Amino acid sequence: MLKREVAKRVFALEFRESNMAFKEHDDQYAPQYLLTPTGAKCNRIFIVGTLTEKEDVGTNTEYWRARVTDPTGSFLIYAGQYQPEAAQALSSIEPPQFVAVVGKPNTYEIGGEIVTSVRPESIQIVDADTYDLWILDTARQTLQRLKRLDEGSEDVTKAKEHYSPNIGHYKQMVLDALKTLSKGAEEVSVIDLSEI
Amino acid sequence: MVRDIAEQLKARFSEMGVEVPLEEIEKKLDVLINEFRVPIEEAKRSVVSQYVRAPKSADLVKVKDIQSEGRWVSLKAKVVQLWPSESESIAQAGLIGDETGTIKFTKWAKSDLPLVEENRCYMFKNVVTDEWQGRYNVKLSRSTEIIPLEEDIEVGSLVEEVMGAIVDIQSGSGLIKRCELCNRALVKGSCGEHGKVEGIYDLRIKGVIDDGKIVQDILLNREIVEMLIGITLDEAKEMAAEALDQSVVLDAFKEKLIGRYFSIKGPRVGRYVLVEDIKSAPKISDQEVKKLITETEAL
Ligand SMILES: [Zn+2]
Repeated sequence: MLKREVAKRVFALEFRESNMAFKEHDDQYAPQYLLTPTGAKCNRIFIVGTLTEKEDVGTNTEYWRARVTDPTGSFLIYAGQYQPEAAQALSSIEPPQFVAVVGKPNTYEIGGEIVTSVRPESIQIVDADTYDLWILDTARQTLQRLKRLDEGSEDVTKAKEHYSPNIGHYKQMVLDALKTLSKGAEEVSVIDLSEI
Repeated sequence: MVRDIAEQLKARFSEMGVEVPLEEIEKKLDVLINEFRVPIEEAKRSVVSQYVRAPKSADLVKVKDIQSEGRWVSLKAKVVQLWPSESESIAQAGLIGDETGTIKFTKWAKSDLPLVEENRCYMFKNVVTDEWQGRYNVKLSRSTEIIPLEEDIEVGSLVEEVMGAIVDIQSGSGLIKRCELCNRALVKGSCGEHGKVEGIYDLRIKGVIDDGKIVQDILLNREIVEMLIGITLDEAKEMAAEALDQSVVLDAFKEKLIGRYFSIKGPRVGRYVLVEDIKSAPKISDQEVKKLITETEAL
């Protein structure tokens, strides 16, 4: 029995800056991975964000292209006839909406540049609390990876060789994401309308 | 050629949880083969014995004490479950357990050890501990000795706790039918044992919870499902009857669960955790956020 792969947590910015796809064996059924700059080896990812755009770009059959944003950027999502549940979900959900996406990273090349996208296994509507939990979860796991960048594990070594990641850049990404969660700003802007 | 053999041995050592630098193995082989003209097979044997010889008798421990990898231990345990082998290099795999819990074991085909049987107890002498995705397991190798025991061991179930997102609800979930004779879930109206039967309705969820580091299969019975989703079995039957489709129940479950964070608790049975307690994850707190910001800034 094949062991199910873990769904990694990465922010959109880091995902979009990833371009190293590989397989561990030559076998056509061997799992495909995307290694990110902080060393997350992703065969599957779990995203929560805001579905901001969707478009059926298919010619004969439905083929949905959608954009799911998080505090750091956006994920491109493509779903067609081989992702029937996700395609069905995209056809019925009207943006903007908080969604959770479980899917496989995908890479393709455009003009010599590698673009990453997500092939969804499922898309479900969720609430703002779930989005907050995901940001915190992803910040925490990204921070753990950043802390492990000076260890010599195989994934980290590969990631460092390929990307020479700028730690400050990803540290700022995590901070920016976390700052969207702090309640300070909101409290100030509450105005009591009854007094006007 | 020496390099190839060294690579082979290195792979074999790491299967056993022993990490040895390739150069070190290569150097030892080179000395034996090229300098002392030892036949290849003998040279291999010699190098293997230097690294994988277990201590004369490893400490007898309990399952719950296994908290590190690469350690030689002995266990008195019962074979709780045998699993279909995943590869030719594995003779047997499954779960063994003692009063303190259960642990996965793998017996290499090359170990030439006798077959163990489910529900029998054994002394497993000199097994090596290993870790995979945050869970410990033990490997039985050539250095291991298996001694059948007459006594019976009461296996305690380890309560597992996972906090993560539900990332999948598998087929066989939702409104299902069970065989009235043996309680097995029916597949297309048929029982694996009793063939076509009338069947009794039930609610069940086979799901997957994932915390970004480990994935865990979970099983929720009717009582838990009714409480969690807020739909009773009777209501589920009505929903299905109205829609003329049983899958509406499954869709409703998916909508409420997939992509959301939960904490679950329950005993592990085989590959599943039988969920006895499930709660939505609490909302994030300002304090947690501030703590993480401080930790990030300190990087
Ligand atoms: Zn039956």
